[in-house]
Parts: sequence; structure tokens; C-alpha cells
Amino acid sequence: MNDAKSQASDDYTPSEMMIISAARALAGVRTVFVGVGLPNIACNAARRTVAPDLELIYESGVFGARPERQPLSIGDPTLVTGATSVVSMADLFGFYLQGGLVEVALLGGAQIDRHGNLNSSVIGDYRRPSVRLPGSGGAIEIAINAQRVFVVMQLKRRAFVEKLDFLTSPGHLSESDRGRRAGIPSEGSQLVITDKAVFDFANSEREMQLVSRHPGCSVEQIVDEIGWNLRIADAARLTTPPTEKELSIVRDCRRNAGRSD
Amino acid sequence: MADKLTTMKEAIGLYVRDGASVCIEGFTAFICFAAGHEIIRQKKRNLTLIRMTPDLIYDQMVAAGVARKIVFSYLGNPGVGALHCLRRAIEKGSPAPLELEEYSHYGMVGRYIAGASKLPFFPLRSYLGSDLPGVNGRIRFVDSPYGDGMVAVVPPLTPDITIVHAQRADSNGNAQLWGLLGAQKEAAFAAKNVIVVAEEIVDEATIRSDPNRTLIPGIIVEAVVHEPFGAHPSYVQGYYDRDNEFYLKWDELSRDEDGVQKWLDEWVYAVADRSEYLRKVGKETLERLRPPSAPAAAVDYGTYR
Repeated sequence: MNDAKSQASDDYTPSEMMIISAARALAGVRTVFVGVGLPNIACNAARRTVAPDLELIYESGVFGARPERQPLSIGDPTLVTGATSVVSMADLFGFYLQGGLVEVALLGGAQIDRHGNLNSSVIGDYRRPSVRLPGSGGAIEIAINAQRVFVVMQLKRRAFVEKLDFLTSPGHLSESDRGRRAGIPSEGSQLVITDKAVFDFANSEREMQLVSRHPGCSVEQIVDEIGWNLRIADAARLTTPPTEKELSIVRDCRRNAGRSD
Repeated sequence: MADKLTTMKEAIGLYVRDGASVCIEGFTAFICFAAGHEIIRQKKRNLTLIRMTPDLIYDQMVAAGVARKIVFSYLGNPGVGALHCLRRAIEKGSPAPLELEEYSHYGMVGRYIAGASKLPFFPLRSYLGSDLPGVNGRIRFVDSPYGDGMVAVVPPLTPDITIVHAQRADSNGNAQLWGLLGAQKEAAFAAKNVIVVAEEIVDEATIRSDPNRTLIPGIIVEAVVHEPFGAHPSYVQGYYDRDNEFYLKWDELSRDEDGVQKWLDEWVYAVADRSEYLRKVGKETLERLRPPSAPAAAVDYGTYR
């Protein structure tokens, strides 16, 4: 392809690079459990690019959504109209999620640690938090039952922490707690996709490592945002910049997105 | 057939007692703000409020001082951000401290199922590795009696009263819903008393023409209230969209405690009932929220004599 649409663009935001990286990671995936905000946009963009057969599953009870507008939340009525199936949350969590039908789930959080464990509950002490966050929603059972988890969140030092204030959803746990993963069907966090870089856990310690930095982001800038001594994979590379086509699809998907991101 | 039609004022007055556990379910959709506002207006106190997603309705109810405790799984303004009144109650104890009992979504759904089916607990694959069981002792783990490892369990939940909003119901309380079914059925069967609130009251023949759509049978229902737009500013599939402008506005105004009290004065205390609230919202807004039609293909149940 030599047309303008496949040309690399240099006119994009870090947040667009993050959405496009998440959409690309869904190549070939059949079923994805969609979270609120940016993951919503990434999944809808993936369906229009690398994963045309992608079925969107929402914890609100929707399988095979075909939203005609960018959903304002995971409970938006546009997810219902035209969907393959709309079921009770008992069926969604019991049969679809726990039943193993979810290939990839996209999750986020206020804090993540080096093993991909997530905090979406509190900053500070649970009983007297300085910031009360939303809590689990479905995240705990999603992290435990989806076949694989991709984390999508902004790379910020206050989010990438040495120690979580609260472990809401398990990633690879800590090495001393790893035995507790025995009862967890999920393979756990595979990727952490951010606005500056992409990380994976492909080492025996299941520790987050840099695999791809986005154009314009130096290793130093990335390391600066991380609260522990970051590993850098031997094969770490530079992310391919967005094409014009990817950008136009993402921008189209974001139209009418309200403030959901 | 029993005619259970009544007004919201009577239904709340009769079935929501001070100190009761109250569940207003509906996941993003079907959130019965009409009932929540009537509870605030009647100045109920020391309630335990149960909902997976407290949403704006419990933010308003907690700010109004009706609650002593909430049981929940996700504290957010969906698609917008935080619930500022609930955050103030939890972080600062203002206007009053609030007891929390926190689960995950599937944990809450499982609790309703156990409550509805009189089971001692509900097993689920969740909570392993999470800190949540450490702060909520009612989430436990048991060894499977069939020797296949540990499984999490949650206890039954049986609200004193569950309030469910529906597209249509007959005067006996047989209620039909379509769209996001959330956990309304489970929460209704789990409750000791049920109030059904409906956009439309239809005759029994309409209900019997489509029995698969009857989520809640009248036999578990105490009272039926006809309240069009009763879920505004949330939505009812096919009837009206979410009033997202209000969800955004609440995010701004609820950051200020005085602003919230002024809003409650103007939109809840000074308003006699839902019809007056709707007049205040205005025809223009309500018309803006009506979606174009998208009917399902008809199904044929057949006649068998």
C-alpha cells in the first residue's frame, strides 16, 4: 500500500498513539471484554481495522455490540440496539466470562505495580482513604477469568508504583504470593499499553518490561515515570507511528465520545 | 386480579421504613430516581442502600442524609468520573460517616441469587489474590467438596425492599423489561417486598401476549406505581436516552456541598411529586431524549387449544 492512507503521520497525540497501540494488539482476537473510556474507542477502532470479527462484550450484559455512536458509558443504550444478545449480568458473568468465552479483557486502574496487579479502590488507607476510587466493578473477576488481560492506562509516576495502596485485581501477584494464582484460570496481564510505551511480562519473574517505546519518547522519559527499577527487554523497539488511516478511524470513533475518556 | 396501583408517595410511605435495607437496582438504565427522590422528600433515615452502582441517585440520597450504610460494587458517575457526595462521606465523614460493605459486580449478583433462591452462599471464581476479602470478612473461600480447589463464596442478600423500574407492567405488578437487564430480576426475587414502577400500565392481555418478557411476576410485587420518565436522568430503552447533560452538570455542582443542598431544595424538597419535577425539566428536554423507533421483529407464540 503506497496511498496516503498508509503513510505514517507525525500529527497525533500521545493518547491517540495509546489507543492505536491497543487496537493493534487486538489483531485476530475474536472476543474482547470492553472497559469504560479509551478501551471502548480502541475496541471499536480495532473492529474497523485489524479485528473485523471482534465481538464486543460489555459487563452490562451485552454480547456482540454494534454501537452506532461512541457509547457514553458501558451501559449506553446504543450497545443494546442491534447487539447479538443482551443478557442478565448473572448470565454475562457466569456463562460468558466465567465460562471462558472472553479471550482478551482490557482493564485500567489508578495504580499498577511491576507484576501488573491493579488498584482501582483507594489511595491511602482503605478505612480512611485520601481518595476513594470507584472500586472493582467487575474488574476482579475479569482479571481472574478472561483468558488474557491487556492493561490500558497513562504512564505516570503516581500510577506506576513500587507498592499498591490496595490490590483490587490480581495480575501476576508478587513472587511470594504467586502460589495463590493456582486457582486463577486467566494467564494474567500480557501487555500494559500506555501513551509513552508498551510493556509485557515475558520473563520468568513475570515482571513488567519495556518492549516498545512510542516515537518521541526516550528510555529516560519512560524510566522517569516508573516507581521501580524498570527492566528493558533485549528486543525493545520503537513503536510504528500511526498511519493516516488509523488516525482517521480513531478520530471518527472518538466523535461524540463526551468525556468518557 | 389484585389491583396494586398506587402513588409513589403512598408506596414509599408504606414500604420504606427508617432503618430498612433498600435496593433500587438498574445498571446505568432503569434507575428509579422518582423513588429515590420520594425517599429523600419523606426524610427517611438510617437506611442501608444497596446497589451495584450507586450512581447519581445514591450520591443524592447520601447527601440528603437518608443513609447509614451502602452495599455496592462500583462507585462512579458512569462515563463521567467520581461521585463527589459519596467521596465526601467516605473521605471526610461529611455530612455523616457512612458504613461501607464492598463487593465486585459478580459478587453482588451472586448475593442476590443466593438471597432469591434461599441458598446459604453463592460460589464464584473471583477475589483470589485481591485485598478485598481482607477488608470485607463476608467474602470467604471454601474448598470445593468435589476436590477441585478453592472457590470464593458470598452470603445471600435479602433487601427489605427492592424497587424496580420497567417499561411496562399491569396493575397486578407483572412487569416486562427489555434492554440492559442488569440484576433487576435477581434483586426483586431476593427482596422481602417489591415495588414496581413502570413507564406504562398495560392490561393483563398485553403481558400474556409476550410471557418471555415478563421478568418479574406480580406474585412477588406489593405495589405498582405509574411514573412516566421515572428513571430520568438515567434512561429506559426505547423510551428515552440518558440525560447526559445532567450527568455532566452533576459532576460540577456536586463538588460543592452547599450547591448540592441548593439543588436538593429546588429539585426534590420544593417539588411535590414526579409530575411537578417533569414540568420543571421541561417538554423540550424530554422530547430531546426520545430516540427514533427500532422495533423488534414480532414473535409468534402460536395458539394451542
